[in-house]
Amino acid sequence: MMNEKYKLFLYSAFALILATAPLYLNSYWVDVLNSVGLYAILALSLNIILGDAGLYNMGHAAFFAVGAYTAAYLNTQFGLPILWALPVSGIVAGIAGLLVARPVVHLRGDYLLIVTVGVGEILRIALINDVFGLTGGPNGIFGIDRPVLFGFKIRKPQEFFYLIWGFVAVTIFLFYRLKNSRFGRALDYLREDMTAAEGSGIDTGRYQLYAFMVGAAWAGMAGTLYASKMSIISPESFSFWESVLIFIIVILGGSGNIAGVLLGTFLIIGLPEAFRGFANARMWFFGLAMMLMMIFRTEGILPHRPRVFKSLDRQRP
Amino acid sequence: MEEFFQQLTNGLAVGGIYALIALGYTMVYGVLKLINFAHGDLFTLGAYLGLTLLTSLGLSGHLGTVLGLIVLAIMVTGFVGIAGALLERAAYRPLRDSHRLSAVVSALGASIFLQNTIMLIYGAKNYVYPLDILPRTTLHIFGLPVPLVRILILTASLLLMAGLYLFIQKTRLGTAIRAAAIDQGAAKLMGINVNQVIMIVFLVGPGLGGVAGLMVGLYYGQVNFTMGWVYGLKAFTAAILGGIGNIPGAMVGGLLLGVIEALGAAYISIAWKDAIAFCVLIVILIVRPTGILGERVADKI
Repeated sequence: MMNEKYKLFLYSAFALILATAPLYLNSYWVDVLNSVGLYAILALSLNIILGDAGLYNMGHAAFFAVGAYTAAYLNTQFGLPILWALPVSGIVAGIAGLLVARPVVHLRGDYLLIVTVGVGEILRIALINDVFGLTGGPNGIFGIDRPVLFGFKIRKPQEFFYLIWGFVAVTIFLFYRLKNSRFGRALDYLREDMTAAEGSGIDTGRYQLYAFMVGAAWAGMAGTLYASKMSIISPESFSFWESVLIFIIVILGGSGNIAGVLLGTFLIIGLPEAFRGFANARMWFFGLAMMLMMIFRTEGILPHRPRVFKSLDRQRP
Repeated sequence: MEEFFQQLTNGLAVGGIYALIALGYTMVYGVLKLINFAHGDLFTLGAYLGLTLLTSLGLSGHLGTVLGLIVLAIMVTGFVGIAGALLERAAYRPLRDSHRLSAVVSALGASIFLQNTIMLIYGAKNYVYPLDILPRTTLHIFGLPVPLVRILILTASLLLMAGLYLFIQKTRLGTAIRAAAIDQGAAKLMGINVNQVIMIVFLVGPGLGGVAGLMVGLYYGQVNFTMGWVYGLKAFTAAILGGIGNIPGAMVGGLLLGVIEALGAAYISIAWKDAIAFCVLIVILIVRPTGILGERVADKI
């Protein structure tokens, strides 16, 4: 029980430091934290698909792009306020996730990985080629409105900080609840042993599809926040590399563990900012670190721990 | 008709290159069940090493074009093969018994590492191959013009594939590779040194990939350090198209993908050229996940 209290204290201290960060950091570092927050949302959403359901999705940037472009299009063409577009782009990205996953979700791990890579590339090429005249081609869409919350227009990095990290907090809360629900337990079960899960009456295919949809929808909402923050989006923001980055965050941080994924985001997105000086050799070290990490700490920094139920705890002598 | 024939020969030349890269993927996947993401970057390494050796040693000047290029190809194969074997030793062997995903991430790390090593050594700009190495003449076959380069590229890749096929089918080592691909445990019990087999696979696969890099340099005349990703992904598509783990499948898949892509770019849309390969990939995995010549892979929902 002490351990739980200690953990709670650590998390609250961390939350407090983070919440007051804009008071003592300059705009540049607040902006870095904003990117960390956006990637945290993306990584947490991929964690549902990759960490919880065990589906290798390396095209997550595609759903991020669908959300961003949906919001940008609705905002610039129909003047829909950008925060109103949040649920719409979530739904559209969720449907995109369903359409992608439905035919391929049964494929063996590596095959799914390569299909999602393919989907991401096809989407990026479609965006560049201005498909149906919706996406603005290689230049993308610009002039996206800033978000307005209760009549207050969000402009500065410090203001975006609270919007983005507020969304991260909501995400953590919801995903934590989800993890401990029937749905979360079903995903744990089918990831560990598909046959046994199916034998116990879990509709594995359906749960995998749901997980994919939830993850995709959440990435779509992250896309909306991104579009409103940048006010201009173009295909190169959604390259294959972005998908790889999100994938690596989840695996290196500790797939299936929310705290691990957040830590992974800070290390992978935040830390390289501190080494801007070695811009060229940065990626070289990054690749080396990935190999070493996998060899010496295979499960990630904070690995997923099997859940322990209280009733069992009490029975121990 | 002439347009069609042009695209067909172009597609076959590029397809031969895809097939050579695909062989590396398929051999590694056959033995280790691992997508070697760094394979594309070993291919790039081949292209850059080829360029360096070509310009610094002046082989074609000393030995004549044909012999010079053959010596060059052997050197590139050797160097890239050694790089591949070292990669296996450093990044994949420690992970052989751990979770599949760990090996995938290690492979991605290796890819980033290799790509950036090349960038740090050579710089981020594009490099141009000397144009006067291969004869730029055009032959006329049945009245239709075919650049000689395409015939040379296709012939060279077909010869290499035939050599590999004989090696796999007729030699003791080849038999050992096939045995290890079917069942590693049983192969071990039969006295096959599986570690040695895997090492050979990582010598031969990347070696062929390196020659493919050299061919791309000679064919297109230009190389850059990021090209490994696209070629790698397309070659992997070719390997799946033919049936992964299946060596003749990779050859057929590579040639087929090259032709589909060339014809698609010509008759559908050039802007969508890179998407065609991925569409083929998705369709084949939905319709026939085993590939044209492959074994069963998909689990039922």
